[in-house]
Amino acid sequence: MAQRERSRGKAALYLVIRSVVPIVLALVVAGILMLTIGKNPIAFYTDVFNNGVLGGNWQASAVLMTPLLLVALGLVVVFRGQLWNLGYDGQFMLAGVFVAGLAPQMMTHYPVWAVWIGLTILAVIIGASWTLIPAWLKARYGTNEIITTLVMSSIGIGLTNILVQYFFQDPTVAEPTTGTMTTAQMLPNIPGTRIHIGFIVAIVAAVVLQFVISRTSFGLRLDIFGSSTKAARHVGINSTKMIFALFIISGGLIGLAAAMDIFGQWGYMRTNWNPAYGDMVVPFVFLARLSPLGCIPFIAFYSIFSTGGIIASQDSGLSSKFLLVIVALILIFMSITEYIGTKRDLGQSYLPDELKEVLRRPFDRIASQGARR
Amino acid sequence: MTNTESSPANGGVIRLHEITKAFPGVIANNKVSLELHNAQVHCLLGENGAGKSTLISILAGLQLPDSGTISVDGTPVFIGSPRMAKRLGIGVVHQHSTLVPGLTVLENLMLGEPGFRKREKLAIQRLEELSDLLGARILPKTPAAELGLGQQQQVEIAKAMWTGTRLLILDEPTSMLTPSAIDALGESLTRLTARGLGVVLITHKLREAYKMGDCVTVLRGGRNVAHLSVERMATMDEDSARAEILRAMFGDELADMDDLSEAEEISGATVARREVSRIDFSSAPVKLRLDSVTTGARSMDASITDISLEIRAGEILGIAGIDGHGQTGLAEVVAGQQNAFRGVIELNGADITRLGVRGRQAAGVRYVTDDRLHEGTVANLPVSINLMLKRIGEAPFWRAGQIDKKAVNKEAERLIEEYTIRTPSPATRVGTLSGGNIQKVLLARELGEGSQVVVVNKPTAGLDLKTVRMVHDVLRDFAAGGGSVLLISTEMDELIQLSHRIAVISRGSIVGMVPNDGPDTAERVGAFMIGGAEDGAA
Amino acid sequence: MSQLLTHTFITAFIVAWLAGAMPLMLAAVGETIGEQSGVLNLGIEGTMLVGGYFSYVAALHTHSLWLGMLAGGIMGALLTSVLVILSVWFGLNQIVIGIAVTLLGGGTTAVLFYSNYSQSTPRVPPATWNIPGLSDIPILGKSVFNQHGIFWVSILLMVVVSWLLTRTNWGLSVKAAGQKPLSLDAAGGSVMRTRSEAELLAGFFGGLGGAYLALIATSAFTPFMTAGLGYIAIIVTMLSRGKIYLVAIVALIYGLSVASGTVLQLTALNVPTDLISMLPYLVVMAMLLVFARSVYIPPALAAPYTRGAR
Repeated sequence: MAQRERSRGKAALYLVIRSVVPIVLALVVAGILMLTIGKNPIAFYTDVFNNGVLGGNWQASAVLMTPLLLVALGLVVVFRGQLWNLGYDGQFMLAGVFVAGLAPQMMTHYPVWAVWIGLTILAVIIGASWTLIPAWLKARYGTNEIITTLVMSSIGIGLTNILVQYFFQDPTVAEPTTGTMTTAQMLPNIPGTRIHIGFIVAIVAAVVLQFVISRTSFGLRLDIFGSSTKAARHVGINSTKMIFALFIISGGLIGLAAAMDIFGQWGYMRTNWNPAYGDMVVPFVFLARLSPLGCIPFIAFYSIFSTGGIIASQDSGLSSKFLLVIVALILIFMSITEYIGTKRDLGQSYLPDELKEVLRRPFDRIASQGARR
Repeated sequence: MTNTESSPANGGVIRLHEITKAFPGVIANNKVSLELHNAQVHCLLGENGAGKSTLISILAGLQLPDSGTISVDGTPVFIGSPRMAKRLGIGVVHQHSTLVPGLTVLENLMLGEPGFRKREKLAIQRLEELSDLLGARILPKTPAAELGLGQQQQVEIAKAMWTGTRLLILDEPTSMLTPSAIDALGESLTRLTARGLGVVLITHKLREAYKMGDCVTVLRGGRNVAHLSVERMATMDEDSARAEILRAMFGDELADMDDLSEAEEISGATVARREVSRIDFSSAPVKLRLDSVTTGARSMDASITDISLEIRAGEILGIAGIDGHGQTGLAEVVAGQQNAFRGVIELNGADITRLGVRGRQAAGVRYVTDDRLHEGTVANLPVSINLMLKRIGEAPFWRAGQIDKKAVNKEAERLIEEYTIRTPSPATRVGTLSGGNIQKVLLARELGEGSQVVVVNKPTAGLDLKTVRMVHDVLRDFAAGGGSVLLISTEMDELIQLSHRIAVISRGSIVGMVPNDGPDTAERVGAFMIGGAEDGAA
Repeated sequence: MSQLLTHTFITAFIVAWLAGAMPLMLAAVGETIGEQSGVLNLGIEGTMLVGGYFSYVAALHTHSLWLGMLAGGIMGALLTSVLVILSVWFGLNQIVIGIAVTLLGGGTTAVLFYSNYSQSTPRVPPATWNIPGLSDIPILGKSVFNQHGIFWVSILLMVVVSWLLTRTNWGLSVKAAGQKPLSLDAAGGSVMRTRSEAELLAGFFGGLGGAYLALIATSAFTPFMTAGLGYIAIIVTMLSRGKIYLVAIVALIYGLSVASGTVLQLTALNVPTDLISMLPYLVVMAMLLVFARSVYIPPALAAPYTRGAR
């Protein structure tokens, strides 16, 4: 029994190592990249920490974490079903623009809390509905949903800009912008902090999703569907319904993220604004092994990194797009770490046979030449 | 053949010395040594899991041995890839087709050719030479997907010989062939060995090994346990050769068996006979009825056309046919995994055509799929959940949508015991179990409570002989208890041992029905199969 | 509306049409090669950006569009080698690595552009080739027959690819690698090598597509200028079932929608620019909806091949 516990502890340790190592490696390589373009990585990372955590800045990070975590949860659901919803930006923006565009007007007629609830529901519906075409194409024709969600995302972003300019534009402002909510119209903060209550909504969503996935029959069906569509069909899971359900939940959570972000943090929307939360979240969702609760620490880490990183990159004269590079590196190192870990667990060699053969061929040639001599 | 260069001199030999290859959990080959001479048919005999396929993969360059050496005519060689195997003149006909369905016959043959531009003329010429040698006519521009079984096998052999000019390896080529087709294959092999080609024939059927082999090697548990050289084969009569091979194949287990005939039967030493008791068709009620059922699937394997059949209580109806001719479609349409585009399916007289998988499951229709690893089970879920896979959400295992792990485990433990599933615990991931135990998980799940009709698709493929026997017993008992079995198989012996009647499927339709009542069943089934397949291909 | 009929207008329309279609065509040809071999390159968006950026830098430094194009192609192949090594050689998830390549390409070029050119934003001088005789034809002479030589070489390259895929043993291996890699391996070919070659060529064409966009179509690089063009290339690939001539046709239809957008702007009607930039996506999505039934994907697409896997 003691041995089993030890091995369980060891397994947990490996899990942590496998999750943390990619991030560390990515930060190291990014640091080297910074050196090559003449920036000081130590100063940069220190700056990130200072601006992301210290002096109450952690609260700004928590605010950023709200939409990030909700988007992450939206991705967890589809990824567990081996479906790819990469149209998060379009879903987020469209849901957001209706919230930002309708709220100021509506709040003059209805109680603020009713508008919060009503528009949040609307945002969820819009986010979900923007996944319907890709879901239908996938279910009916098996069309690759990665591509269709991406294209729908581009359309959604274009549509958002049109909506801001032609439908929701605040006539008192020259720039194309929606009306702006007053502080009183936005979500209240958690007492004693500058963090709005959307943060709590996000955490609760993570807990609920964790329960659904690990304890309910739907969660089990989802995992079967994700492991093998063949097995799912064999068991009698209706793949059409499953695809629609997963996409709708995913889009809905992303819509919820938009509502919380607009109500909690921004209060308005302007054209050509796109926070592109989803791209950043993808690697962390995988690092959390598609576990809703597991997402919390990883998203928290990235929120801090992003909050501090944007300021740090301004300070050091680096484009904030540098964060994209770091995220890409995390994805790559994550895949490599995972590969090495799997091979290690199986006790297999790290090099595939075919590659081994390619590598040994020159040696064989040398050896055979030597023998001939 | 004009190409004299490729005719090897007699007396050449490929020597495998103490080949060892281990996979996680099993030693597939344990210090196996073999000598493969030119101009001989060398039979490799052994049950599934004995290590035949691994040994062949090593010779074909698909697997690297952990240790051991291979030499050709005394020169040590390293076969690191199929390309190197080809260069040494080793050609392989794999058990599963390696033709690319989307390419034509000619393109399939040219695949892997050196040179940059396609040289079609040269290839057509070479194909003609090979066709003559094999005694078959193969149209070069036919898409591989449209070939009938006989043609497909000929193309595979032609492909293996395209550059496999020294040693031809055939991996289980006979399982769905009729006795006369096997004779024909034997004749072509004789023609090939007469030209000095070495042949390795892999089989798990003793009688074929004896009939077609110049010498026989028996593998068991990854070891080379017996070798009957050409000289000894010549001096021994059939009975003593058979006895010696049986001793090698079963070892100590032979003592546990009732008599030698049992061992002979399961090793395919003798011609298969029916082993189920006769049932009275006039009094047994019809359990399952299909009335001109058609599906709209696109792939040939998954689509069936206008199939009508009846299975009575206590009956085992065999479905014979070449792999990929609609067997999957038939199984799925009965199980509810595919919709019937047209036609009616009835269970005990009640229309179940519109019921889905779960509805039919509840009504008593069960399906043991042939894809045990990816369809029948979810590899990374525990054994207990896999046993419950078709009862998700049902009481008492789920209450108010929430899983009751205690109830699930209790039921799982019961089934594990009843079906002697060897697993460390119910929580073990099913993917880590052996093929035989995974099959037991499927049987335990599908044949349990309320089961009335069960479709079994290739139930013993890839299993060791002991588990094969267990599966056969389970199916026989199920039928004896009043259940009905639709047995889909590509093993002629299995069909004959278990079925009351055998239907032949070809291109998604039933082309013949043969009562299993005499020694010529196999021939009659085969006649339908060849007829159906070749007609369709023409 | 009468201006729609003037010669200059139609000339401009055709120029815009080709400028819209060519980058996509090149990228989609690349993606087609890769997908035929069984590799899904989701990173093509990043590949195009890298190709665009480095072609721009090279053209500015060497004052040669030709060298610029070459640099773009090579850098595209170089970035794709990340995918080749990780996904083709080691079998890591092609989708995840593809996303990483997209982010890497987009992020790196943006960082480099902002730190090197954001102040000056130099432009690459446009250049045209007048084909003697043909360039005097009305309308076509000033639109099709005075395209830069790069236009003609690009078309030639696509013909070459079509020839490679249909008439050579290499093309045969590529198709087998995408449909049933085990067969190619068993036949003595190398799945790893075939896929690597195909994917590097794909990266080269992706880079060329980006370079064409930057150098010929717009005469400058701007960060994230592809704006999803790489994903559209993947759709074009899916729609054209491995046939290069179909790639060309679908890309031309896309180009038509780009040019129509330009027309709408010129007509001085009050059409939102966002609608115009959305139009091509709508067209592509509509094509996908109409032709969803006939989309072809090689059976082994995005499935890593491991020899002797059990």
